Amino acid sequence: MKKRYLVPIVYIIFLMLPIYWLLNMSFKTTNEILGGFTAFPREFTLDSYRTILTDPTWYMAYVHSLIYVCINTVLSVSVALPAAYAFSRYRFLGDKHLFFWLLSNRMAPPAVFVLPFVQLYSSVGLFDTHLAVALAHTLFNIPLAVWILEGFMSGVPKELDETAYVDGYSFPAFFIKIFLPTISAGIGVAAFFCFMFSWVEMLLAKNLTSVAAKPIVAAMTKTASASGYELGLLAAAGVLTLIPGAIVIYFVRNYIAKGFALGRV
Amino acid sequence: MSLELIDITKRVGAETYIHPTSLVLPEGSFNVLLGTTLSGKTTLMQLMAGIQSPSSGTIRFRGQDVTRFPVQRRNVSMVYQQFINYPNFTVYDNIASPLKVAGMSAAEIDRRVGAAAELLRLQPMLKRRPSELSGGQQQRTAIARAIVKDSDLILMDEPLANLDYKLREELRDELPKLFAGRNAIVVYATTEPSEALLFGGNTATLHEGRVTQFGPTSATYRAPRDLTTAQVFSDPPINIADVEKHGNKLKVFGDESWPAGRAAENLPDGRYIFGIRPHYVTPLPVKAKTGEIEGRVLVTELSGSESVIHLSVAGKTWVSQSHGIHPFEVGSQARLHVEVNRGLFFLPSGELVS
Repeated sequence: MKKRYLVPIVYIIFLMLPIYWLLNMSFKTTNEILGGFTAFPREFTLDSYRTILTDPTWYMAYVHSLIYVCINTVLSVSVALPAAYAFSRYRFLGDKHLFFWLLSNRMAPPAVFVLPFVQLYSSVGLFDTHLAVALAHTLFNIPLAVWILEGFMSGVPKELDETAYVDGYSFPAFFIKIFLPTISAGIGVAAFFCFMFSWVEMLLAKNLTSVAAKPIVAAMTKTASASGYELGLLAAAGVLTLIPGAIVIYFVRNYIAKGFALGRV
Repeated sequence: MSLELIDITKRVGAETYIHPTSLVLPEGSFNVLLGTTLSGKTTLMQLMAGIQSPSSGTIRFRGQDVTRFPVQRRNVSMVYQQFINYPNFTVYDNIASPLKVAGMSAAEIDRRVGAAAELLRLQPMLKRRPSELSGGQQQRTAIARAIVKDSDLILMDEPLANLDYKLREELRDELPKLFAGRNAIVVYATTEPSEALLFGGNTATLHEGRVTQFGPTSATYRAPRDLTTAQVFSDPPINIADVEKHGNKLKVFGDESWPAGRAAENLPDGRYIFGIRPHYVTPLPVKAKTGEIEGRVLVTELSGSESVIHLSVAGKTWVSQSHGIHPFEVGSQARLHVEVNRGLFFLPSGELVS
């Protein structure tokens, strides 16, 4: 083998090792996991997956996560669209500061907001609902979506807007029939990022729910249960948690770099 | 029966984009807005279209005050320098879009789009999307969309500037044919004096947000009202020199003495600004009354049959444009003839006097 393949291969092995280990664990029994080092499952079992897909306390956790993630994605993108349009097309007092302040929200540690959110949502009766988590996640997803969409929108010449008005389109007709399809890639990327960040966020999701809306990230990180350690089960839950991300990333694979650059490439 | 701009201005914040401007564009006319980048061409067009509203002044169309009418109610079309089409629509839908918004019947839309596509030779591309077309075809699509409805006002903002030379020539020939027989007012913005001359019609010269002159193109070219207009409407730039008239002699650049020539015959003695277009400055001897200038050659541009020579004369740059190949060496001294009879005389304040 040629030497130049060596570095990428080593790099990929390092990257894949934790994922492999998770997969490896998910097919083992808990006894085998705790028993010692085995590179392959000695007693291959699908029991962990079977438990997750049949036990409602497990699979409902995925459903809960999916519900609040979808609400959050729809909410974030639909709020961000008009905001991003305003930032991209108009100059107004303090627009640049406001725009930057938005992004600074993305940098705020969620831990800071746990206490006020839990207290606030409890007092208005939103605690342990999907909407609570979805709303909490807009804290960092709306700013992100605004930044991504603004980048994509600014790539569309404002003459397109003018041409549509000249052709007789009203603003709403132009926005829905012409502008949104034009930046559909940007909307896809923004939705993907909202989806992923909401899907992987644990702290707020865990603290704002108890039973009725308990998300998968909370379920799979409780290390001990009534029956003691169930590491195989947790590993299987982890594998299943990776899947939605892998699916959605497939759809935006061509635009993902542009998304990480906030639409500015 | 025309578009009238009455004392319109446009200010954004502390900046003035358009100084008080009045123009009357007759129906069915072809009007060129000529000016450099940032001279206010685009802003003036946006005001005409109603995309922006003026800070003050009135816009009338066919006698009706349309100043506060939004662009959707104005029945205008616009073509931009960038090739602006709806990327998610096919070429057919792009051309059809103004008709669809107007609620026209499908059969009528089909007929009109077909006719516009034929005029602009777009029939084979009707099913494609703009991104699959060449630049020239994209701009043809935009032009087709502009002519497909019976607009009262068709605005073209440097529509040929982003096309390559050959396509530009081709479209430039076709454009006037597209508007022939229409009642629409066409406004065409360009930075190139040669384009204005090719199209004819009327020309308004713009400089720093002011219309310096408006009138038939050839008249504006031959008799610019002032120095600014002459400078805007000359490419290569018009040559300028301060002259002093004494009897039938002109003192120029300190030590040169020229015959006053026909143009200055009836002028009283005094100081003037003398302007002469580059093709009246030539290395070839001229029969008519001529002056001479001597200077250092800065640049020599030789094209097939023409020479453009840039000369530094007493700190000013003069340009000569002449037939034939005159390979002056850069840095050498050159003596050129000036057809003084063809010159323009301006007062020091800039007004044309002769």
